[in-house]
Amino acid sequence: MARFPSFPVRLAPLAGLSLLGGCNMVVMNPAGDVARQQADLVLWSTALMLLIIVPVMVLTVVFAWKYRATNKEADYRPDWDHSTGLELVIWSAPLLIIVALGALTWVATHTLDPYRPIGRLAAGRPLPAGQAPLEVQVVALDWKWLFIYPEQGIATVNELVLPVDRQVRFRLTSSSVMNTFYVPAMAGMIYTMPGMETKLHAVLNRAGRFDGMSANYSGAGFSEMRFPTLAMDDTGFDRWVATVKGGQGALSQARYLQLEKPSEKVPAMRFAAVQQGLFDRIVKMCVRPGEPCVTMHGEGHHGMQPPVNNRPAEGSEGALMKAPEEKGTSPHLTAPRGPASGSGKPGDQTNRNMTRLERPALPGAIQSARS
Amino acid sequence: MSDTLIKTIFGRLSWESFPIHEPILVGTFAVVAIGGGAVLAALTYFKLWGYLWKEWFTSVDHKKIGIMYMVLGIVMLLRGFADALMMRAQQSMAFGANEGFLPAHHYDQVFTAHGVIMIFFVAMPFVTGLMNYVVPLQIGARDVSFPFLNNFSFWMTTAGAMIVMASLFVGEFARTGWLAMAPLSGLDYSPDVGVDYYVWALQVAGVGTLLSGVNLIATIVKMRAPGMTLMKMPVFTWTALATNILIVAAFPVLTAVLAMLSLDRYVGTHFFTNTGGGNPMMYVNMIWIWGHPEVYILILPAFGVFSEVTSTFSSKRLFGYTSMVYAILVITILAYLVWLHHFFTMGSGASVNSFFGITTMIISIPTGAKIFNWLFTMYRGRVRFELPMMWTVAFMLTFVIGGMTGVLLAVPPADFVLHNSLFLVAHFHNVIIGGVLFGMFAGINYWWPKAFGFKLDPFWGKISFWSWVIGFWVAFTPLYILGLMGVTRRLRHFDDPSLQIWFVVAAVGAVIVAIGIAAFLMQIFVSIRDRNSDRLRDFTGDPWGGRTLEWATSSPPPAYNFAFTPVIHDLDAWYDMKNRKADRPTSGFRDIHMPRNTGAGVVLAGLSMVFALAMIWYIWWLAGLAFVGLLGAAIVHTFNYDRDYHIPAEEVTAVEDQRTAALAAHPQLAGA
Amino acid sequence: MATDTLTLPPGADAPAFWDTDPHEHPSGGSTMLGFWLYLMSDCLIFAMLFAAWGVYGSSYAGGPDPKELFDLKLVAVNTAMLLFSSLTYGFAMIATDEGKKAQAQGWLAATGLFGLCFLAIELYEFSHLIHEGAGPWRSAFLSSFFTLVGTHGLHVTFGLIWLVVLMVQVAQRGLVPENVRRLQCLSLFWHFLDVIWIGVFTFVYLLGVLR
Repeated sequence: MARFPSFPVRLAPLAGLSLLGGCNMVVMNPAGDVARQQADLVLWSTALMLLIIVPVMVLTVVFAWKYRATNKEADYRPDWDHSTGLELVIWSAPLLIIVALGALTWVATHTLDPYRPIGRLAAGRPLPAGQAPLEVQVVALDWKWLFIYPEQGIATVNELVLPVDRQVRFRLTSSSVMNTFYVPAMAGMIYTMPGMETKLHAVLNRAGRFDGMSANYSGAGFSEMRFPTLAMDDTGFDRWVATVKGGQGALSQARYLQLEKPSEKVPAMRFAAVQQGLFDRIVKMCVRPGEPCVTMHGEGHHGMQPPVNNRPAEGSEGALMKAPEEKGTSPHLTAPRGPASGSGKPGDQTNRNMTRLERPALPGAIQSARS
Repeated sequence: MSDTLIKTIFGRLSWESFPIHEPILVGTFAVVAIGGGAVLAALTYFKLWGYLWKEWFTSVDHKKIGIMYMVLGIVMLLRGFADALMMRAQQSMAFGANEGFLPAHHYDQVFTAHGVIMIFFVAMPFVTGLMNYVVPLQIGARDVSFPFLNNFSFWMTTAGAMIVMASLFVGEFARTGWLAMAPLSGLDYSPDVGVDYYVWALQVAGVGTLLSGVNLIATIVKMRAPGMTLMKMPVFTWTALATNILIVAAFPVLTAVLAMLSLDRYVGTHFFTNTGGGNPMMYVNMIWIWGHPEVYILILPAFGVFSEVTSTFSSKRLFGYTSMVYAILVITILAYLVWLHHFFTMGSGASVNSFFGITTMIISIPTGAKIFNWLFTMYRGRVRFELPMMWTVAFMLTFVIGGMTGVLLAVPPADFVLHNSLFLVAHFHNVIIGGVLFGMFAGINYWWPKAFGFKLDPFWGKISFWSWVIGFWVAFTPLYILGLMGVTRRLRHFDDPSLQIWFVVAAVGAVIVAIGIAAFLMQIFVSIRDRNSDRLRDFTGDPWGGRTLEWATSSPPPAYNFAFTPVIHDLDAWYDMKNRKADRPTSGFRDIHMPRNTGAGVVLAGLSMVFALAMIWYIWWLAGLAFVGLLGAAIVHTFNYDRDYHIPAEEVTAVEDQRTAALAAHPQLAGA
Repeated sequence: MATDTLTLPPGADAPAFWDTDPHEHPSGGSTMLGFWLYLMSDCLIFAMLFAAWGVYGSSYAGGPDPKELFDLKLVAVNTAMLLFSSLTYGFAMIATDEGKKAQAQGWLAATGLFGLCFLAIELYEFSHLIHEGAGPWRSAFLSSFFTLVGTHGLHVTFGLIWLVVLMVQVAQRGLVPENVRRLQCLSLFWHFLDVIWIGVFTFVYLLGVLR
């Protein structure tokens, strides 16, 4: 499929913005080819639309000035309210732009479909023949990220390391609520959803350290749900894998269940081994021993086809079914809290107030970082 | 007493639910209580209760209800904006070791409450209030089709607002974001009262919104003055019709999806849960099937205001009326075909994404045509830059940028990098502030003299205008830039110190907007103080050289609006009357048939609120009682057959003679 | 609207701009339109519930499926009850149009009785299902089933309350225009519920068992 050319940056009025204060517009100046093409698309679309936006803004100012009431020189035709020719222009001009933009959208959306393997490493650099994509399995936990490298048999928390110039195939899911996986320097974001799997294909073309985050609000610890993304050359990546493999700890089912409990500001963790098929069990929501897996009818290419989730009911009982003493309380946010620790059981009272342990500081006061 | 008994009586309400541990909040609470008590005492002392109750609370007059909606909107704007200031303050200080002053459980409530309040209890009351006030006057009707229902709708909206406000001091509000996305909003991840406050506030207010939609459609379809064919209807009335059609066709979806969410929470069903066959994506789809039309519900009436204002202040007929009307209709229909663009990143296929992206872009064609129509209305006109027109020009320059970033977000791969970012936040504030709010300010400045008989003070109005426009750009340009720097929304704390300067600039912008709000309140105060001065007073009922029917009657209009029903021959009916020197009839008045005031709306809405609060706090006995009371009160109301009365002809004659005298005393102002 | 006759009244050379010879409009002229609009909005609520059924209809979550649960014979009887009630309501409206108060009241009572039977059978079905462990909390399939059918049942309940209130009002004041208008509204409501039920019967019960 045809690719749209990269945007001539010198001509981009928007590109001027990136000079503003020398700030780092990572979205406009990314390190991966997918994000690069998305940034080009942003610029192309903006340029197309400016074709009509600029004249409109100019005309607004010109007309407002020229036909001000005090200017008695200007033509005044109080009953002039129709002109077929003009009407034709004002409907067809936006139409033409939308036709162009629509065509661009159709092509770009298919080319940059996150489910579709990438077609090139970068502009003018085809994929090396026979190179299989690196698979990384991503699990959004409350409130941290788990990355499983199935080929390497290792896993990390809150640390994503990728080789430069190698296609990466992410398979993503979530353990509890919805999040989005987003590394602005690499590629656009994609939702991670419990009981479902989404996919993302991307590549990083430059070594470096980039920010990754959840972009979809997911509860108390959401703000700190960030991870560094490190891009290394192949040898660096291999060395890193070897270091992790030489380390300690294995991500077993039991260890995962412990990890799954809500926690905040989690430092990076590494696991030298991972239990086989753990990711699939997470997707099918049956990591706990004895839990039946979700059977998905209509499991398709895309997450939007509603998978039929047939996992038996569990979780909280409806409020109307509760005995009076089970109603609990709903304290005001200022009420003092007891110690809280994450619990793996959904609906557990201790899960919801982790950050409540902190007292609000006075405005402007510098607080020491939390443990 | 045993725990079971206490829990049976009080549900999950306990001392812990009140802010007794926080001296600052107890203080605030005390100040609010004392202040509120003082206001109540003053009302009692000056014996205003009877006046308020008889003339306002129980009024079925669409004009008074419209004004009450606007008051509700202004009060809630202050609350919603306080939330905005807190967010801006938090984000401008919470870098690195500084955690800011709001812990997550508070900050998350603040951004949720901000969104909910601004959309449901600021923008919606403003829009509904304007439509309520203006539409019957513009179509030459005496009132709306169902005057009692109108009063009831207003009180249901107010009850919803009061439920949200209650969460400030008792318990907490939702910590989910303004659309309460499942499964986060389910019982498993939000067991507290927050989401219940959210659900019930919106359900109660939603009833009001829906009924007011039905009411206004029936009014516009059935009660137009003779001669006013559909294509002679003023554009504001057209937008009101389209908006109310959208309301009737969209709000039931919200009702249904919130009902399913509350069933999940109260009965333990499995619509949006992770287990038991539930599917959270269903919630996302359904809420946006309502949510996207909601955007057009808000913006269309603003478009209507701009159309009226541009034509009036350019002293010229509106350019391209027919294409304007078709543009409105196209937008109304397309509003239903774009909801998926709110979640391109949820993994739908490329063809589905492209389809919804392109339908979204198509909406910009009629919208663009409308902008051109306003542009060519100014062309060859005599543009008077009074406040409403200033807001309109500011809108045209601001909104096109918001529209452009909107179309940009409709390109799916571009959305992949901009979704949920501050760029998105800047975009929707750009269209909602730059479109809806500017429109509401234009409308308030434009129709205020109609409602009260004096203009709003231009000096403070201009201060408010410039503060809003400049403040808006100072506050949101940094957010556009931050979005391009890969910063996402709803974050409470940041690590990268280089971002801070942008948040500080945005906070400065918010302060400038705060000055704009203060100046707006000052403008109202000064105008009321100086209402009898020559510069503000208007005796003619037509201070701007208006073109549509509402300017044909006195300001403020009498309870019956028009002593005789006007007959329409032209789109600009009043302009036509002035042009052809139509004489205002000064004799031969008759009795006028009018609906009678009733307190039933207040009672029903009050009981609904009690029911909602009891459900929120799991006080089942009270909920049952309130529900039975609600049903009983509604039935009792239907046994009242005596719902109208006649204004005697003598009274009409007296009122009209007064106007005749006023017009005669100010001949230089009368007519065109 | 009579524009043309008003534009140039005979003998006048300028068009009339004010209708100075008004006639009293009958009140409640927009009631039927307003009620119709309300019904359409209600219809949308059902549309969402049907959509939910479409999505969740086979999410059994390891629980029972429609074949095990639905007793088509019972549902057929139930359907008949509701259809008969619509028929009797039709007769009530014919009697109303002819101004026969006693006859109208009789048909309304019959409608109420059929409605009550419908509700009783539905409640029996629900309690039976819950008793078998197939309550709405069992699976998404049952959640959407109970919500859709239950919402319809709730509408019938309110319809019945309304019917009783109206019968009292007709008894008190007779077939005055206000009451006739209310009877017409309830008529629309009642037939609307019938239409919805036909959808429920087809899509939920019949297709559910066939699935």
